Amino acid sequence: MAFSEGNLADHLGGLSYSEEQIELMDVATNFCRDRSPIDKVRKLIEDEGGYDPAVWQEIVDLGWLGIAVPEAQGGVGLSMAEVAPIAEQMGRRLLATPFATCTIAAQALLAAGDEAQCGEWLPRIVAGEVATLALTEPHGDWNLGHVEATAKAGGDGYVLSGTKQFVVYAKHAALVIASVTIDGAVRLALIERSAIPDSALRREIIIDETKRSFELTLDGINIPASALLDAGRSGAALTQIELASALLQAAEMCGGTQSAIDYTIEYLKTRKQFGKLIGEYQALKHPITNAYVGYEKARSHMLSAAHNFGQQGVGEIAVRMAKASADKAYSFAADRAVQFHGGFGFTHDCDAGLYRRSAIWHASQYGDAAWHRAKLADLLF
Amino acid sequence: MSSRPTPAELADYEAQADAWFRENTPKDPGFMLPLTFMEVSTDQQFDFLCAWQRKVYEAGYLGASWPKEYGGGGLHPDFQRIATKVMKKYDGPIMLNAIGIGWAGPLIMDIGSEEEKKKYIKGMLNAEDIWCQGFSEPENGSDLGNAQLKAVRDGDEYVLNGSKIWTSLGDRAKYMILLARTSNEGPNKYAGLSFFLSPMHAPGIETRRIKKLTGEYGFVQCFFTDARIPAECLMGNEGDGWQIAMKTLEYERGAKVNLAGGYFLKELDAMGVVELARQSQRGGKPLLDDPVMKDRMVDFMMDIQALNLNNQRRRMGPLVQDRPMGLALMNKLARTEMIRELTEFSLSFQGTRGGYYVDDPCAVDNGYWHRSYLNSFSATIGGGTSEIQRNIIAEHVLGLPKGR
Repeated sequence: MAFSEGNLADHLGGLSYSEEQIELMDVATNFCRDRSPIDKVRKLIEDEGGYDPAVWQEIVDLGWLGIAVPEAQGGVGLSMAEVAPIAEQMGRRLLATPFATCTIAAQALLAAGDEAQCGEWLPRIVAGEVATLALTEPHGDWNLGHVEATAKAGGDGYVLSGTKQFVVYAKHAALVIASVTIDGAVRLALIERSAIPDSALRREIIIDETKRSFELTLDGINIPASALLDAGRSGAALTQIELASALLQAAEMCGGTQSAIDYTIEYLKTRKQFGKLIGEYQALKHPITNAYVGYEKARSHMLSAAHNFGQQGVGEIAVRMAKASADKAYSFAADRAVQFHGGFGFTHDCDAGLYRRSAIWHASQYGDAAWHRAKLADLLF
Repeated sequence: MSSRPTPAELADYEAQADAWFRENTPKDPGFMLPLTFMEVSTDQQFDFLCAWQRKVYEAGYLGASWPKEYGGGGLHPDFQRIATKVMKKYDGPIMLNAIGIGWAGPLIMDIGSEEEKKKYIKGMLNAEDIWCQGFSEPENGSDLGNAQLKAVRDGDEYVLNGSKIWTSLGDRAKYMILLARTSNEGPNKYAGLSFFLSPMHAPGIETRRIKKLTGEYGFVQCFFTDARIPAECLMGNEGDGWQIAMKTLEYERGAKVNLAGGYFLKELDAMGVVELARQSQRGGKPLLDDPVMKDRMVDFMMDIQALNLNNQRRRMGPLVQDRPMGLALMNKLARTEMIRELTEFSLSFQGTRGGYYVDDPCAVDNGYWHRSYLNSFSATIGGGTSEIQRNIIAEHVLGLPKGR
């Protein structure tokens, strides 16, 4: 029996690509492979900052922080579609930097910042100053609208209180964009790093050892009224943050899935047991093939999400499908990668563990597969 | 071939076709029709589908772009594409003579002799001459090149001995495209194969119907016992069989354009499954209010969309750089397994009514979903099982070693 998408196709975006996207994909493929060999990744795990400032500077010099920032603000004037292939290659090589969080912070500013706020911060982000987001709280809810931190009028502007978690690369950040409520309404506030005392930051121990993340205690931090983003566009900004994050995560996860599969295939092609390469056994061959099929599906979703990003309706569906699909594919591939390496797979030295932990981290931030499927149900049915 | 039509000519033609199919597409005949040409079980179904194909042909909407001298309409292929599109729009019954107009016909038009074109094409189009395909054998399924049915030249005739199996329409066909072994010599097993356009109504050819998992019929096993066919049934030369069979498979797999038009398989509409879920109840509430069912349904919609995107991406070189053949080689596996799982899922919507089957007056959609699920195995098994597909992907795309 044959099969048609029927009118489902009306809800869903298609696939295309830009020349710039392909050029960036090619450059990023080589750059990330050269700058982030696995021994370097492991060395940086032991490093306090977690990333190489020289590589960060190269990324800045390549102009990658400004890809989705308009030319008027010092950016390149392309879109998130062109950022995704870079994130994919970073995920593939486990190249950890504040690249994603800076890109998303810029998107938040573009969504709800006024001329002065964008004019000040976007050029600084493009020039390599780190900006990050402080959105999630101890309640652990993925709903970004669930905010308990507050800002109350006081001093020259507002006094903040509450706790934010998973503020990535906060230690190196010049700017933290935090969600708070003012009289019950969610607002986004720009906090300069200079206003945050060192004692307000606690380095968190997170499942993905290649990344750096901090808890931020907002209590007593002062911001001027001019540091609040537009009240009317808070909701739109949170949506933009969620979708931009999900897209970049989906891209990183696709890259990670690819590596987890390649790494395992290499082992199946070299390890012998009972006189045979273990890759000859269908008990291993078929599941790794299933992982590969899942990866290609996830990558198609991710490329469609990149292409349709920002399109009313279609864009959100594509992004949520991409994140849900990438979570499923990465979790399965990395889980099997551990298992198929046998005893070695259980050691900290086996790279399968890096991918497995990375997949868990990504699922934990901005919603896992089930969360995005629940959102999709509302959008589709 | 005629010159390229203008948009106005095509629009006129479409309006004409639209009016014809709106008027003539048969309503529910009062008995079950097969989902594909492979499940024609009863005389009633067969007669009905033959009559429909003949009617479409006589109206000029089948074979419209084949040459007039052989029975076609002599029009540009764009016209036939429009006719097929309109046929689909009105969701008419399938074209029955799939192996004739879909595979044997294009093959004969491609490499057949003038006599062969004159003899066979018109009868395919008007459904007077039904065709079947004799490739698979009981002992040689996936390993087609090892076919063993013997064809021995004896004067003006070939003498056939052996058996073919899974022959759709084999009990109703007048002709068979037949792959047979004329020699055991040669550098390899393929060299001894030859291709015949063989009559089915000859002494020594017998067929036995095989009942399918769904309860339907439609394919047979054919037994050839000293069956004699004229020597001119040989297509090309002795030893050309494998090459011609591969060409035929290109038509079967849809790699080449279906110039004759029409369609041979009903399509499962993904949104039809959502509709079924909407109409179903669980605990006094719509089934789609159940978060677990909703979650699984979204998963299927994502899968459907992934395959749709894969098909777009496989033609985009820069987006398949790392493993260029991957998407093409996984398509069959991913698609057929998805249909199997989706139709299986649809059974669970029906509550107690999931216990009914085709032809019970209380069966949901007259058992369509059960029949579709059971039928889905024909695609996960036929044309290379899913397990063989996984081996192919593992070895040819991922570079894993061959083994058992």
